[in-house]
Amino acid sequence: MSNSFVLKNVQLGDGGATDILVEADKIVAIGSGLTAAEVIDCTGLVALPGFVDLHTHLREPGFEQSETVLTGTQAAAMGGFTAVHAMANTSPVADTAGVVEQVAALGREAGYADVYPIGAVTVGLEGKQLAELGAMANSKAQVRVFSDDGKCVHDPVLMRRALEYVKAFGGVVAQHAQEPRLTEGAQMNEGAVSAELGLTGWPAVAEESIIARDVLLAEHVGSRVHICHLSTAGSVEIVRWAKARGIQVTAEVTPHHLLLTDELVRSYDAVYKVNPPLRTAADVLALREALVDGTIDIIATDHAPHPIEAKDCEWSAAAFGMLGLETAASIAQDVLIDSGKSNWSRLAEVLSTNPAKIGSDSEQGQGLVVGAFANIALIDPSVKRRVVADSASKSKNSPYVGLELLGQVKHTIYRGYFTVRDGKLAEVGRN
Amino acid sequence: MIKYLLSAGDLTRDQAIEILDIAEGMADVNEREIKKLPTLRGKTVVNLFFEDSTRTRISFELAAKRLSADVINFSAKGSSVSKGESLKDTAQTLEAMGADAVVIRHPASGAANVLAHSNWINGAIVNAGDGTHEHPTQALLDAFTMRKRIHGANSKGKALEGLKVAIVGDVLHSRVARSNLLLLNTLGAEVHFVAPPTLLPANPSNWKAKLHYSLDETLELEKPDVVMMLRVQAERMNASFFPSEREYARIWGFNADRLKTLKPSAFLMHPGPMNRGLEIDAISADSPQSTVLEQVANGVSVRMAVLYSLLSGERAADV
Repeated sequence: MSNSFVLKNVQLGDGGATDILVEADKIVAIGSGLTAAEVIDCTGLVALPGFVDLHTHLREPGFEQSETVLTGTQAAAMGGFTAVHAMANTSPVADTAGVVEQVAALGREAGYADVYPIGAVTVGLEGKQLAELGAMANSKAQVRVFSDDGKCVHDPVLMRRALEYVKAFGGVVAQHAQEPRLTEGAQMNEGAVSAELGLTGWPAVAEESIIARDVLLAEHVGSRVHICHLSTAGSVEIVRWAKARGIQVTAEVTPHHLLLTDELVRSYDAVYKVNPPLRTAADVLALREALVDGTIDIIATDHAPHPIEAKDCEWSAAAFGMLGLETAASIAQDVLIDSGKSNWSRLAEVLSTNPAKIGSDSEQGQGLVVGAFANIALIDPSVKRRVVADSASKSKNSPYVGLELLGQVKHTIYRGYFTVRDGKLAEVGRN
Repeated sequence: MIKYLLSAGDLTRDQAIEILDIAEGMADVNEREIKKLPTLRGKTVVNLFFEDSTRTRISFELAAKRLSADVINFSAKGSSVSKGESLKDTAQTLEAMGADAVVIRHPASGAANVLAHSNWINGAIVNAGDGTHEHPTQALLDAFTMRKRIHGANSKGKALEGLKVAIVGDVLHSRVARSNLLLLNTLGAEVHFVAPPTLLPANPSNWKAKLHYSLDETLELEKPDVVMMLRVQAERMNASFFPSEREYARIWGFNADRLKTLKPSAFLMHPGPMNRGLEIDAISADSPQSTVLEQVANGVSVRMAVLYSLLSGERAADV
């Protein structure tokens, strides 16, 4: 079917109201007075380039009870995302061309977002031997981001080799910065609250020492390195220092680390159990400032679905991780817009342009310009909604349930196709 | 009326003193020839123990039986119970069987809180030790013991105002230390923790306590009224928290020489079981200053008072 519609009267980022004409899968015109067979009134909605998540756990293959590529990308669409990078800690691990191609194919079949598989850095995420990075890069999935996320590539020699090796095909290593010995049995942020609760601490230094090492390694071998889910004020300082020094480092922060603190752990409700852990209010403040000033490049969700039984239990037995795709834009809006500290252009950078650039996704993050793929998120920033447990994700482990958040994704357009319209998920994906 | 005893911090000063006062009455019962009250007849108390602790379990068991409750001991350690969901299943099973109170001991910090706030169970819940978090009845029996030593037969109604308590040893991993801190704060005592730096929390800023590294200096300068030695768990011994047991015993262990430095009225406590020769030597443990056996006896009275307070719904006028 020939697809042609006008988004009437949208607010184009920080700019004024205009119309966007989409034909087939492209933006073909931007300006006033555009017409087409279908006209969609978008008065009051902010148009942003479709969001790109550099850090999503889709759980398939292997953990389909938590999430599948289909349900995960549906949740992504509900959050305004048109692309996700699927983390490698599946079963089997995404450490071969076969697995990454399978995940990419499942993404195409689902049709709710571009799915870019992330390849494991080491075989089985075991940190002992490099996975076949070249084979994954040259596969049909064209992997460019490699990560052992969930585990740290803690062996400094392996990390150095990985940083060097991926230069051959323009790849990047995304490091889960966690010194393993300093975090044995760790349950929550090590601080005043862990002292009271008697839960084993996850000290900030376990993250910061790895980041410090890795930016120095990246400098030494002239590679770029990406830091996953930065969570401490000290990590921000190190990344700021590294960038000032000209080191090619990029960093991400999760929505939950921008909003929630370790005080929530007092409830012993395992929905707040996440890795790296929720930190202190001072850390949250430093992360928010770093996102505004550019020290942190992107928001990535670390969307980590878990079935009820993995959370409905005592804290130490519970799994690490929380949902994030459907609420990310609201939290970005809180930090950048509602705070009065930044603007929609920055929001588009941190949720779309920058992650696409880091992930080398040439068909994403192109911005809202004529000729670009029509990947568009339309947000009503004035809607106040109370987050409910019901979710497009297969899992329910959202830490925001019951909270009031400002801003809601009204429509998501993925390559010219409405995956979400009027806040409702399309019944079938784009094919 | 409280329904749960999860943390020593749950109790107000008045509630804590009331429980201690009820325990005084229970102690009298325990002196009688027939050591039994009909108070909880027809009530079922389940001791749900996910971790070995014969002492705590039999103390609770005896307490419940002396109040005429029916007691079920559910020892979940070593059975199929190792994963989290089993806590839920076990709790729901007990609920279905009509338990009026669950006394839970669990290796995970916060397990009793999860049980209380999960809606899996309607009955009363007593935390009998959760991981490295809390052990509120231990703090109550310790406070009871302190009060008794100081005020004897005139203990009723008294708090612990101005009492200087030094708690020595593995504070970091001690639920006894955490519960004592909170209850002693509530009752007006002054808490001093003494430990090697490796066995104190990295950030104790929320703790109302003074921290010391040197036991000898603390004994000399603070002149504590009470010294409470904490047990050193076997699993700490080879994890670089301190170089050797010998060095630990020399610097942080209580011994006959240190016993001589205590002021005459001071006394020495230990929650048991003791590692004789490590955190406490035999001479100190068996000295008149030692309250170790009083603590055991008082444990039964205090647990009777706790079960009574949670389950009877009445004041203690008839005790």
